[in-house]
Amino acid sequence: MTGPLESALAELLERFHDGQPVALGRAISLVENERPGFQDFLHEVLRVGPRAARIGFTGPPGAGKSSLLSMVATNCRTQDEQLGVVAVDPTSSYSGGALLGDRIRMSDLATDPGIFIRSMATRGSLGGLATTTKEVLDLMDAFGFDRVLIETVGVGQTELEITAAADTVIVVLVPESGDAIQTMKAGLMEIADIFVVNKADRPGADRLVKDLRQGLHLRAATAIESAPAHHGLDLARIMRKESCEEPRGPGWSPPVLSTVAQSGEGVEDLMDTIKAHRFWLEESGELEERRRGRRKVRIQDVVDRELRRTAWRSDTVLAELDQGLERIQKRKDTPYSVAWDILDRLLR
Amino acid sequence: MQSIDQQIRVLVAKPGLDGHDRGAKVIASALRDAGFEVIYTGLHQSPEMIVNAAIQEDVHVVAMSILSGAHMTLFPKVRELLDGAGANHILLTGGGIIPVEDIEDLESRGIGRLFGPGTPTTEVIDYIQDWFEDQETS
Repeated sequence: MTGPLESALAELLERFHDGQPVALGRAISLVENERPGFQDFLHEVLRVGPRAARIGFTGPPGAGKSSLLSMVATNCRTQDEQLGVVAVDPTSSYSGGALLGDRIRMSDLATDPGIFIRSMATRGSLGGLATTTKEVLDLMDAFGFDRVLIETVGVGQTELEITAAADTVIVVLVPESGDAIQTMKAGLMEIADIFVVNKADRPGADRLVKDLRQGLHLRAATAIESAPAHHGLDLARIMRKESCEEPRGPGWSPPVLSTVAQSGEGVEDLMDTIKAHRFWLEESGELEERRRGRRKVRIQDVVDRELRRTAWRSDTVLAELDQGLERIQKRKDTPYSVAWDILDRLLR
Repeated sequence: MQSIDQQIRVLVAKPGLDGHDRGAKVIASALRDAGFEVIYTGLHQSPEMIVNAAIQEDVHVVAMSILSGAHMTLFPKVRELLDGAGANHILLTGGGIIPVEDIEDLESRGIGRLFGPGTPTTEVIDYIQDWFEDQETS
């Protein structure tokens, strides 16, 4: 239940609204570590609706996501936009530790007071983001940034949570990413609002651009017949539960761009495309749809999490669990009947 | 579930002009393997860059590697900037080629322990872990 903030958090909130970077840094830790009161804090912060444009960068490891993000950030800064950046790197499942190295590629931005960079470790989350990245984006949005850039861990074909976090998803590929069949398999192809073939000065780049465009045409063609495209179980839709109903609404077909992030080639084009996508999102009503979808999933997530917490912190439930185990031992019950008893108690 | 609010975050920084980051990388990897979240910023960081990163990343510890002989300037400078930014809760520690007298001098001026060449990485890990536990309990 949300209630008044305890005094330490109230003070943090005040400094947060005051625009102090230290307070933002601490607020992110509060949320990332899910410390007591973090939900009340988010509740206060979310009273202001979303404002910032959220741009996600995803793609395989080594595609140049950090470098490209850094170029885009630099470009935004020349227009005096205030920027937040969240860069996610993996946590080791062996040690629980992580080496977060995305700042290395953003060194040029390190002392710019108009930009705030935060590295996050996945801490066991498998979707390409950390468990609380979406909440952290909310914090950055509420802090007043015009634009928030998100970089996922290097992804393959299943880490698609970025669609639930960003308004605009940029899929970054390189000529070495393999032929377009790889992207057509499933996953990355469906989530992109914009494709970027980075390191476009390398052999094979033109070919990949052409293949991608062709693949997109094929998809556009099947979508018209609509039924076959959604035949059977639509995995993509399940994965993108937090986004809108249609993966990409009508009226936007993802362009394929070429860049060389190292030299900045093609970045202007990318900026124009990002702006065009933003314009389309706003005009078509798609942005509101996506935000609505995000809110829905946030509510579901909180309910899920709180139910779980309530259950496993309740002594009666834990006692019931123990007794149930005994009954199963004596073949009087099964895990299912015990689970139902517990659910019954919780939801009564 | 493991208590992730115990997750220690460390910024490993390499200030100044010397380009020898082997030591910093060894420490960064060792801390990662000890279960810390390590933010590594790369070479040639100015004190301002380091303090900025420490605040944005909300780290518990800043560990600097200095082999250039500029430790008497850099450690106090970073400490001063951290304190000025309202981040006096952050531990500043580090290592490098630093004479014993200088280590004593710096430690008396609010810098944490400093480690010389050949220090086993476990010693550094234990030091940070002990400091962190003291913080949590105090």
